[in-house]
Amino acid sequence: MRVPPGVSPSDFAAAIKQFEDALGKEWVFTSEEDVDLYRDSYSPFWHEQEEPIPSAAVAPDGVEQVQAMVKIANRYKIPLWTISTGKNLGYGGSAPLLGGSVVLDLKRMNRVLEVNDKNHYALVEPGVSYFDLYQHIQEKGLKVWIDPPDPGWGSPVGNALERGGGYTPMRDHFDCHCGMEVVLANGDVVRTGMGALPNAKTWQQYKYGFGPYVDGIFSQSNFGVVTKMGFWLFPQPEAFLSGTVMVSKHADLFALVEVFANLLNSGTVQATTTVVSPLAFGRDPELATLRASGSTKDLEDYAARKNVAYWSVSLPFYGSAKVVAAQWEYAREKFSVIPGVRFQDGASYRFPLDAEQLAKITNPVPFGIPSLQTFTVGGPRSQGHMWFSPIIPMTGESVLEAQQVFDQVFKELSGSEGVTASFPVWSFFARAFVIIYFFPIEHDVEKNRRNREIFRRLIKTSAERGWGEYRTHTAFMGDISDAYSFNDHALRRLHETMKDALDPNGILAAGKCGIWPKAMRKAKA
Amino acid sequence: MKKLGAYLVVALAFFLVAKALPAQEAVPRSSSWTTATTPSQGEPRGYVQYTNYCSMCHGEGVGKPGTLALQAKYKGAVPALLDKRTDLTQALIKTYVRNGISIMPIFRKTEISDADLDAIAAYLTRNNKQ
Repeated sequence: MRVPPGVSPSDFAAAIKQFEDALGKEWVFTSEEDVDLYRDSYSPFWHEQEEPIPSAAVAPDGVEQVQAMVKIANRYKIPLWTISTGKNLGYGGSAPLLGGSVVLDLKRMNRVLEVNDKNHYALVEPGVSYFDLYQHIQEKGLKVWIDPPDPGWGSPVGNALERGGGYTPMRDHFDCHCGMEVVLANGDVVRTGMGALPNAKTWQQYKYGFGPYVDGIFSQSNFGVVTKMGFWLFPQPEAFLSGTVMVSKHADLFALVEVFANLLNSGTVQATTTVVSPLAFGRDPELATLRASGSTKDLEDYAARKNVAYWSVSLPFYGSAKVVAAQWEYAREKFSVIPGVRFQDGASYRFPLDAEQLAKITNPVPFGIPSLQTFTVGGPRSQGHMWFSPIIPMTGESVLEAQQVFDQVFKELSGSEGVTASFPVWSFFARAFVIIYFFPIEHDVEKNRRNREIFRRLIKTSAERGWGEYRTHTAFMGDISDAYSFNDHALRRLHETMKDALDPNGILAAGKCGIWPKAMRKAKA
Repeated sequence: MKKLGAYLVVALAFFLVAKALPAQEAVPRSSSWTTATTPSQGEPRGYVQYTNYCSMCHGEGVGKPGTLALQAKYKGAVPALLDKRTDLTQALIKTYVRNGISIMPIFRKTEISDADLDAIAAYLTRNNKQ
């Protein structure tokens, strides 16, 4: 049996026995066969010694059992690693950062506690998936939307704590949460916001409660175990409309992004979209040659000849039918400052969608319907993926700079144009762009090693330019945490101060986002 | 006596109203996710579990990555829809679910219990030639 680092075999055996007494043997996994189920299916260390594999897993079914788990872990200084649905693929999946940790699997805590379609909110446990919540809402006939991320098998709680995003106006998942319940390392149970006031009916209506707003410290961190979380839901809108804006010159990007930022920040556009160059796609050999060695003018001429845009953005509008039509009209007015700009009306729908419409929509995620269709992307030999996701300013200058800088890294280290020819710039989060680069993972040690090297170089290069990642795989959390170094890593020192106060024995998610327990910090230095 | 009776009726009424008040009770459920409706009678063993845990990727219709992957792999030599296959073995199904394959990840026992996996394996082999 694997034993957690720093724990004696006899202490571990005693802890396991106590876990079993608290949960029942059925919910404590110690055999190699059972524990291997917690490996990261998309690990960039597959087959390597470095792959962090747990020593055991425990699956509590309620707050009291979670309290029991942390108390036992504290007694023997057992490192735990909390997962909700455990589907954080591309970022570490269900595996811990520190090999030998005991995974605290909250999947069994899968109750939808409340969905309210008059004040538009839900309260859920961590093991609830987007599919679960959607099904609940459909069964009860409630007129509210959820906001799923690309894959619907994840957890609203887990995804929001990772600060993930979706596509509808409620796309910033952490921003749209309202209230949480947390089991602290010492076993205490805290409710934040209005949840701290007994009998309040506004726990999921008003975020801040009174005094310091602590919710943020439980996101992307290891300061507590979240056992309930509230979410604001979008009232089912009347309509959806989309329209595409197309420009023909390389230099039009600056105005395109400027107008886009204005529309986004004034609320005319409220959802997720991507600025693309259609010239980055396509199998035309002439285009491939031009991409490799042509000038900007060559590409502009090609675009004109083939009647494709140089840059384009599709704008999604949600709301009343009259308002979305007016918003699209206003957007066209604003973009008309760009000479030669063209527009194309896109899909439009009224809600709810009927079965016939649903059968034709390959990607229903922008309509609040969870799906796994995102996995249709990716090559046939891919055995997984991971994401490099830096935040860059929402300007044309930054888009071009990032494209050039990252392409250079790929050319140097992999001798290719890049892992993907496209340059994915997204508005998942208000006001900044996030780039979501796709890295394939294969069960090939050499390829994975090379990709890790490229990834680390991208992190370093990003930091030099003032771009930092919003989220990452457990393999790179230390590297990215190092990049947020203002004033001699003052932010990390603040995190460590909080860690030492809230979890002095370091039992929760050691190493998450570069935050190590005190006892392990000296060793890492 | 009459007054006591009246009090009792009122108390009972309060009790009944109080019980009815929570708009939706928290419903304990076993691990599952589904977009299917609740099963009607007569469905074979494992149909519900297959629908709940597998059909998002392996079902019919648009945007089903498992079905698309199998179509690309076998090019029609066998049905791309898993539940139309007649050549799968229970051991193979369990191996894929517990080990993953290609981009299909591992599924833990808290997601798909051994009992549910048995049912799914039974469902997917129900049409095998004996």
